[in-house]
Amino acid sequence: MFKTFPKGGIHPPENKLTASKPIVTLPLPGTVTIPVSQHIGAPATPTVAKGDTVKTGQVIATAKGFVSANIHSPVSGKVSKVEAVADTTGYKQMAVVIDVEGDEWADGIDRSPALVKEISMTREQIIERCKECGLVGLGGATFPTYIKMTVPEGKKCDMIIINGVECEPYLTSDHRLMVEKGNEVLTGVTIIMKALGVAKAIIGIEGNKPDAIEYLSGLSKDYTGITVQPLKVKYPQGGEKQLIKSCTGREVPSGGLPLDVGVVVQNVGTALAVYEAVQKNKPLIERVVTITGKSVINPGNFLVRIGTPVSVLIEAAGGMPDDTGKVVNGGPMMGKALAITGVPVTKGTSGIVIFPAAESQREEILPCIRCGKCSSVCAMGLEPWLLAAVSEKAMFEKAEGEKITDCMECGACSYTCPAKRPLLDYIRLGKATVIRMARERVMK
Amino acid sequence: MSSTVLLTIIMLSLLGLTAAVILYVVAQKFMVIEDPRIDQVAEVLPGANCGGCGYTGCRAFAEILVKSETFEGLNCPVGGAETMSKAAQILDRQPVAVEPKVAVLRCNGTPENCTRTSVYDGAMNCRVAHSLYGGTTACQFGCLGCGDCVVACQFNAMYMDPVTQLPVIIDEKCVACGACVKACPRTLIELRKRNRKDRKIYVSCQNKDKGGPARKACNVACIGCGKCVKVCPYDAITMADNLAFIDSFKCKLCRKCVTECPTGAILELNFPVKEEKPLQPSVAEVIE
Repeated sequence: MFKTFPKGGIHPPENKLTASKPIVTLPLPGTVTIPVSQHIGAPATPTVAKGDTVKTGQVIATAKGFVSANIHSPVSGKVSKVEAVADTTGYKQMAVVIDVEGDEWADGIDRSPALVKEISMTREQIIERCKECGLVGLGGATFPTYIKMTVPEGKKCDMIIINGVECEPYLTSDHRLMVEKGNEVLTGVTIIMKALGVAKAIIGIEGNKPDAIEYLSGLSKDYTGITVQPLKVKYPQGGEKQLIKSCTGREVPSGGLPLDVGVVVQNVGTALAVYEAVQKNKPLIERVVTITGKSVINPGNFLVRIGTPVSVLIEAAGGMPDDTGKVVNGGPMMGKALAITGVPVTKGTSGIVIFPAAESQREEILPCIRCGKCSSVCAMGLEPWLLAAVSEKAMFEKAEGEKITDCMECGACSYTCPAKRPLLDYIRLGKATVIRMARERVMK
Repeated sequence: MSSTVLLTIIMLSLLGLTAAVILYVVAQKFMVIEDPRIDQVAEVLPGANCGGCGYTGCRAFAEILVKSETFEGLNCPVGGAETMSKAAQILDRQPVAVEPKVAVLRCNGTPENCTRTSVYDGAMNCRVAHSLYGGTTACQFGCLGCGDCVVACQFNAMYMDPVTQLPVIIDEKCVACGACVKACPRTLIELRKRNRKDRKIYVSCQNKDKGGPARKACNVACIGCGKCVKVCPYDAITMADNLAFIDSFKCKLCRKCVTECPTGAILELNFPVKEEKPLQPSVAEVIE
């Protein structure tokens, strides 16, 4: 039975061009650039300097404070500089640049491909290992995983949900992980269940991935407490609040977190990373990135080391097509267009979509026609026309009152608007300003 | 007249009288006693409610003026010295002399100077563009050209130049209210001292990167070399974060820094053109 969420939702064309392309490991690039901020929270502090020799898997930056993550070198070689380099937004961020020499791994990392199902670590050891290995949510939010695995005082957790939805059009990296690394993913899920002390896990998968649903449903019989829940294909099914509602019927209160209803949500990629960290002592140094687009010659899902320039991925996919209009970091709904392609792949990069010019340009912006379509598609039950209007007019107190912080920036409103108004652009601005205002109020 | 009509007339008259009495009593009891001078001062203020004084409108400013002991720190930039002296007369206070200012854009990143490396396709709003990415050039500090400042100006003193893709400030209309300064997410507009004939000397750059990357991004960037600081005879120039700053209140407009600046980041506006000395014929030409 295919479940779904009750409010809003849209059906953009899926364009899963790379759904059946197996994961290909790319050769190492010549240089990698590793930003020290690839996660929510404080940027990590570099622990290497220019001229240092590093090994693959070695710590090169340590977490700063509670909400932060360690960063490990994805390659072996020499550090050529530790300075501010332009990131995917074009703003300069502190990064460690390494010239790649060979592929010498640090001691203690198990590189064998054999499946290790037996979990010998305790709860505390699992959480500590996730912290050491710099694990962050690989669905795109990059929240430090070890914090999510720790249930704070006063909250209870009775279930975990694994996000195998991948509702963004074009992106297929999670799909391939489920189909090719099913056992590792399920072992990772079992490890997360042990860390949180829960007996039940649901893996939510959208109906457009029947092979993944069938495969994991079959495999889950060999594991305790894990079930697969097929979900109706509807964007944004992958939003954690929508996922929780669809799978369990529980509704996270406005301004609340999944723990408020006893649930923790993790992405399938994160589950795999947990398996590799706990069972193989492998830190987060590589990930699967989908590179795709209608004009791309060789679209695919590539396993790349963190820090690989996006331009290397584009070359591997057959080069930049002649009719390219935009190169988007992420999917067409929530992704952001890149200004330069020399920027690195980070822990949060799930895919790069290259759009032909004919499909890239935004259309002429017209006045709001008060049709209300944006409100009807909003999966959080908000009123995007109002939130965008008050953000544009800098009426941020009103925006706060209208619950702008509940917005998950899915982009369904902008997609639907017949007047082509850039709703999400203004709402993102309003949300960032309101969050900053609220933080300043607390600090006073 | 019948008794009904008479009764009606008497009842209604009594009702009217009672209402009048209640209204009179309430009006007296709830009357707001206001200093009559507030109205007088508000009368001489421009009435633009632009917020340039720092208060929420002309009436609010009038209240503050009446309440304050002195005019220190209080100024209406729109009305200027004339308005402040009128207000001073009404309140029997001493007007405080305030240097007139004008808004200046500290960026010269035209397409000619600063190569465009990408095209912006989002909402035409500087705050949105600034929060999304570094901009259409390699300089993450420069003007985004979406015109938030032009929209903010309530005195029609700004417009966007389509060729330079930078906002232009019309000196005659600018009243230095500061609305454009607040509107710019990159603080590229500054209120500087207004000189005679609207002459200006300023560093038209806010790039805080080191010299190399700054110059690579823009031909007329400030590279933080410090030559201007050394040559200024009046100590008007300071250096911070690889960027020079000319204090407009110390600057005497001698233009030595303009000649010294290797990139042309320091601009001089509204000065007479320096006369070129006629070229001395070379010795070879004379012998010829």
